[in-house]
Amino acid sequence: MKRLLSVFHPRSAEASEKATSGGKVLSALGGETLIGDILRSFGRNRTALVGFCAVFILVVLAVAAPLVTPFDPYEMNLDDQFLEPSGKHWFGTDRFGRDLFTRVVYGARISLLVGLVPSFITVFLGGFLGIFSGYTGGRTDFWIMRLADVVMAFPSLLLALVIMYTLGASLFNIFIALSLVGWAGAARVVRSQVLSLKEMEFVEAARAIGVRDAVIMARHIFPNCLPALIVLFTLRIPEAIMFEASLSFLGVGAQPPTPSWGLLVSRGKEFLFSAPWVAILPGVAIFVTVLAFNFMGDGFRDAIDPYMKD
Amino acid sequence: MEIRNLTTRFFTRKGVVRAVEGVDLAVRRGTITGLVGESGCGKSVTALSVMGLVPSPPGHITAGRIILEGENLLDKNPEQMAGVRGKDISMIFQEPMTSLNPVLPIGRQVAEPLRLHTRLGRRQIRRKVVEMLELVGIPEPEKRLWTFPHQLSGGLRQRVMIAMAMICEPKLLIADEPTTALDVTIQAQILDLMKDLMKRLETSIILITHDLGVVAEVCDDVYVMYAGKVVEQGSVFDIFDNSAHPYTLGLLRSIPRIDANWGKRKLHAIEGTVPNLSEMPAGCPFAPRCEKARSFCREKEPPMVRIDGRHFARCHVAGEGGSPDG
Repeated sequence: MKRLLSVFHPRSAEASEKATSGGKVLSALGGETLIGDILRSFGRNRTALVGFCAVFILVVLAVAAPLVTPFDPYEMNLDDQFLEPSGKHWFGTDRFGRDLFTRVVYGARISLLVGLVPSFITVFLGGFLGIFSGYTGGRTDFWIMRLADVVMAFPSLLLALVIMYTLGASLFNIFIALSLVGWAGAARVVRSQVLSLKEMEFVEAARAIGVRDAVIMARHIFPNCLPALIVLFTLRIPEAIMFEASLSFLGVGAQPPTPSWGLLVSRGKEFLFSAPWVAILPGVAIFVTVLAFNFMGDGFRDAIDPYMKD
Repeated sequence: MEIRNLTTRFFTRKGVVRAVEGVDLAVRRGTITGLVGESGCGKSVTALSVMGLVPSPPGHITAGRIILEGENLLDKNPEQMAGVRGKDISMIFQEPMTSLNPVLPIGRQVAEPLRLHTRLGRRQIRRKVVEMLELVGIPEPEKRLWTFPHQLSGGLRQRVMIAMAMICEPKLLIADEPTTALDVTIQAQILDLMKDLMKRLETSIILITHDLGVVAEVCDDVYVMYAGKVVEQGSVFDIFDNSAHPYTLGLLRSIPRIDANWGKRKLHAIEGTVPNLSEMPAGCPFAPRCEKARSFCREKEPPMVRIDGRHFARCHVAGEGGSPDG
């Protein structure tokens, strides 16, 4: 990613690292570069900053999980079944006496992984096909886009269910299912951009100095699509997290005892009336995470959009 | 460089558009050859044909030869042509605002032809890029390597474009209206720069323009095109002082001028428009707009006739013209 961002400006990699310290610092950086502009605009957006902070906290919790909680997410303790939330067990315990907060924190690792990896694959695949399809045009374009239409015509949850049944329920297969479902939307967005980009004079100018088509796509078209790809990527993350939770809830995703949030809600729903926290608190975790990523993604889109328009 | 009988057509649903019909053109080494004409007369398509960049489909070069240093470019396959572009022939475009990639630093863009066509190492490429930027008159070239196109003015951008086109020292540079989008003072600078580089790097230039002022200033030879054909060719003096074709005369009279009668005379305009290239009239394509057209002009296509020396015109009544002021 650093290398990609450095396309915009040599200093941008450094700038994006410091992005953690909030809007004001951001505006001091970057100067008059594209990245600088985008970060400044992002920093002025309160909602986006709130989302960014929430995501940041989530990441810290997930990475430092063993330091955050003294319990083991898999260790059962039958003496402590269904304890209510307390100072010791912040989120209470489940039916095997496992600390729920610990399981939610470890579950964040899964959710983040599921949010990031398939989204990256999706955007990479969609971006590649979109650029190739749009630039090549003709019959190739026609068939790639019809394939995308087919993928998009299926209700995506249904399609993912079919893929999961075929491949078998596991976390790894969720990656595959999500990637296969998501590329079509990204490909369309990127293709439409490429259609206008390829008519621009700099593409003709590149041809006029002997650049071959493959290189034009990689070196000239691709960097121009990066803003769109970044937005697609950030907005894809919450969708993917939601998707994984749904699949796991339905029993075709992560398998017990994996502390996936969807699975936690699914297992907890049996005790919804006797021990509501077991289902509700992981549900809240999903809600907050998805909301935070959406805030952040929207912020990115608004910040980058002006550049996508012209 | 020599073009013989170049014919480029576009096969569209509405019919065949004869954009370039049997154009013969020769560019002498180390000179600037002007290609003049109204919009849609085939100037740009001629240039794209030479570059091998005619959009295909629907475009297709149906006949002719384009000979650069004894080799026919039309015999080359696309892969070989890509090796020629940027190395032996280069092109610069009208819009310096859009012909540079907005997300790549200019250093990388100027370096690209070297990366494609030579085996120079990183340092050598960098050194050559800096030299080239300096040569085209960009101040502090070292620092500019990392600037982006939007941080430069139009004139500077066109200089960058020229640097990019000339860095491999091509034998031929095609400049498609390179100064049209620039303001007048910058225009003169860019033209001077091109002339200067031509001498230093021993390049030839084809200058495509509709600005006769520019032609008079920098060109050695001139080709006037009309409706896909060359209608008059000759040295810049032949064309301006002794023009033979009524179309050329019309063009020259359409230039606003400041002289004794300034303000009293209405600016001359050639009546009508260029005929539809897919439905050419019989006879001379200019006949419907020509003041001197006779009845046979509308029936028989005129041949190229020699006026004197290297001066030719495609007209039945050529030479009966008179001076541009007539």
